[in-house]
Amino acid sequence: MNKIEILDEYFMDARSKILDIAAMMDRMDRSGGADDFRWHSFLAALHLLNDDRPEKTRRILENFSDPTLTPLDTAPGKGASGAWPGFKDSR
Amino acid sequence: MNYIEPHAHMVSRTTDDYERLALAGCRVVCEPAFWAGFDRSSAQGFYDYFLQLTKYEPARAAQFGLRHFCWLCINPKEAEDTGLAREVIDMIPPLLHSPNVLGIGEIGLNKNSRNELKVFHWHVELAEKHNQLILVHTPHLEDKLKGTRLIIDALREHAGILPSRVIIDHVEEHTIRHVLDAGFWAGMTLYPKSKCSLSRAVDMIDCFGMDRLWMNSACDWGVSDPLAVPKATREMSIRGYDNIAIQRMVWSNPFSFMAQSDHFNVKDAVHE
Repeated sequence: MNKIEILDEYFMDARSKILDIAAMMDRMDRSGGADDFRWHSFLAALHLLNDDRPEKTRRILENFSDPTLTPLDTAPGKGASGAWPGFKDSR
Repeated sequence: MNYIEPHAHMVSRTTDDYERLALAGCRVVCEPAFWAGFDRSSAQGFYDYFLQLTKYEPARAAQFGLRHFCWLCINPKEAEDTGLAREVIDMIPPLLHSPNVLGIGEIGLNKNSRNELKVFHWHVELAEKHNQLILVHTPHLEDKLKGTRLIIDALREHAGILPSRVIIDHVEEHTIRHVLDAGFWAGMTLYPKSKCSLSRAVDMIDCFGMDRLWMNSACDWGVSDPLAVPKATREMSIRGYDNIAIQRMVWSNPFSFMAQSDHFNVKDAVHE
């Protein structure tokens, strides 16, 4: 597919998704409450979206990932939150 | 087009779903053992589940013309209790002779804990000893990258395990290269929100080709779509893949991997 064909197929869907992201950010701006590691990872991911380097999907997934390799002593429950609590924004 | 659904948890789906799969062209469905959504209270609970996978579910699938195969294990979500895990693993060997059992799976990691890793090694040893194929679950979301790397390192410790006889499932853009470069098969799970969307799956086919790659719906009791694979074939068609290429992705590839098991006899499953 060339660029126009890609836009013809995916633009409206991506437009809808970016508006949902913007609306969620507006919602955060209007709200109070505690700070959260997920939000910092999210904001860092947005910067990756707009840089000029390739493989944005891979790099955004890595941004949300636990980069360590040491197994945990015990499993802290079963679920996952979508972002790594140890994330530090290096920008 | 006929296709193979290589990863579906049909015990948690309705007979309507079997009918929809059959109408969409599915001829073979493969079901790894998984977590029930709650922890089972005893090894006997697992034994009953294994009977469901090896006896009752194949009969239910057959009502709709589908061949049903399965994989056996204790899921990593229940691996923290290593005593229970050992008990469950010890009851698996006689069940490996059941005609619809393809191997050990879906084993793997969930939160990347030491006990999960220990139980993963036990499963791999079981597969090694009984010459079984392996289907690996990789962790969710933020735990996937670390878990995938730990799993690959762990598998490399077992000299008797050929990477060509292991599929590492639920890959995404940050893990697929690790898996394929190490010689393993990779599975892409098509989920509405987490894991991999239809368009991202086809992006990965664009970027990595089709060698040692399959797609599955992994439909279960959560938010998932039993028809994700046929929907992905439509996405492939939009991108310009012809029927031969699509057929390779949804029939020939899963067939090639699972035909390494003597139990995968699908001569009576029609392939157009």
